[in-house]
Amino acid sequence: MKLRELAHSRTGDKGNTSNISVIAYRTEDYTRLEAAVTVERVRHHLGALIQGEVVRYALPGLGALNFVLTRTLGGGVTRSLALDAHGKCLSSAILDLDI
Amino acid sequence: MKRVRLGTGAGYSGDRIEPAVELAEAGDIRYLVFECLAERTIALAQLAKRRDPSAGFDPLLADRMAAVLPACRRNGITIITNMGAANPHAAGAAVAAVARSLGLGPLRIAIVTGDDVTEIIRARQDLTIEETGAPVSSLADSLVAANAYLGAEPIVRALKDGADVVVTGRVADPSLFLAPLVHEFGWAADDWTLMGKGTLVGHLMECAGQVSGGYFADPGYKDVPNLARLGFPLAEVAADGAATITKVAGSGGLITGATCREQLLYEVHDPARYLTPDVAADFSGVSITEAGPDQVRVDGGSGAARPGSLKVSLGYSDGYIGEGQISYAGPGALARARLARDIVAERLRIIGLPLRELRLDLIGVDAIHGPELSAAAPEPYEVRLRVAGRTHTLKDAERIGNEVEGLYTNGPAGGGGATKMAKEVIAVQSTLIPRELVNPQVHMMEVQP
Repeated sequence: MKLRELAHSRTGDKGNTSNISVIAYRTEDYTRLEAAVTVERVRHHLGALIQGEVVRYALPGLGALNFVLTRTLGGGVTRSLALDAHGKCLSSAILDLDI
Repeated sequence: MKRVRLGTGAGYSGDRIEPAVELAEAGDIRYLVFECLAERTIALAQLAKRRDPSAGFDPLLADRMAAVLPACRRNGITIITNMGAANPHAAGAAVAAVARSLGLGPLRIAIVTGDDVTEIIRARQDLTIEETGAPVSSLADSLVAANAYLGAEPIVRALKDGADVVVTGRVADPSLFLAPLVHEFGWAADDWTLMGKGTLVGHLMECAGQVSGGYFADPGYKDVPNLARLGFPLAEVAADGAATITKVAGSGGLITGATCREQLLYEVHDPARYLTPDVAADFSGVSITEAGPDQVRVDGGSGAARPGSLKVSLGYSDGYIGEGQISYAGPGALARARLARDIVAERLRIIGLPLRELRLDLIGVDAIHGPELSAAAPEPYEVRLRVAGRTHTLKDAERIGNEVEGLYTNGPAGGGGATKMAKEVIAVQSTLIPRELVNPQVHMMEVQP
């Protein structure tokens, strides 16, 4: 099953750091997300897109995880050569994760 | 318990204008807040001001004011906005001109300054750049401007002084919303729990439509009605900081627990320490409850003492970017696009272009998520080559687009729709300065009846 079936996601950017939320549609699925969507899985899935550290914050009360990825945005939206300089499409990449 | 209703009139510089008018006319709101200043916008505005001392504020300011001021005056709505960008004084004068032309005096326009700390930064070259750890002095002459993120305090001062419109430069986005709550409820600036609750409301509201169904739709998974008529959010906040996020009845969009959860985590790192000039806000215990159709109750924000330093955006000149694109379609499109890509890469080597960085993308294939994630995808019907490079001069940047355009007559068959561009890059990094060095000021302008 793809993560997309259980969760939705939004990406934000600050400087060269991206954050990607993973939010359970149903709060009862949160523990499954917490077990399956680990820092290691995210790092492996996004591969070369991540240049820095990955940190995960857990928000069980909201049924959500928040991933913070440093040095991921080609220097940040103000100087990146990327077509998606904000990295906004990263949320769609993470929803393609097999769980 | 006393309640205050505030609406968001814009979530970014180019945002739609009609939803702000809708809020002013039918939102029963007391404050309308326009957040229009992205990380880089202020440095670009500084450059514009350097070329023309009357420029350097939001280009849509006059249009927005002309659209909303009549309803705001009629309904007693105070406007708060950071559309002053690099030139709040000129922006204030532009608001006054609109008010005069529409006969909307008397009007008190407060101008908040003090965020421009360029001279302070030049004198404090020992400060460290957050992103690189290098001293600020390493930017040397490339530094264009430095702007500190101000907090709610000067806006509160302006409101106490009876402002009808408050125009600022760089202010932390949530502070634009926290300020009217502090003013209305008389919250103490060191009540960190209330500062956290107000910052939570501001954070949810600051991107306008992003909490009311914008940037949310995913057909079949997350369906949102009537996005072409998206309603911007309004918050009804109680004196204890609890809030209901809603929108004007009949407007498009959707406000649910899910839309609020997505926005709650947007641009957040550690949810327990969301730092603003006003507070170290704590969103980790927030509760989000659906209270009715398009009504979500938000509570449980908290906070700890505000940081001793203020974040400063350092805008600096970072060379040039040149870009070219060309499309291929139909049978063999991918092979021809790949051939085109290899030709341009070789051409850039042959002409010896001094490149600081180069990127070759196939749009429709690997431009967004790179070659690894897209490896198993089927071959697309059409593909667009995109070549982007960083150079030291504008002339070199222009040569990148020229090499792509040259594929028309020198490249693979059937290339079409070539475009090219070259631009100067004003990049942004950040540093922290002791807040004592920053001195926010409020100037009041009066438009007579």
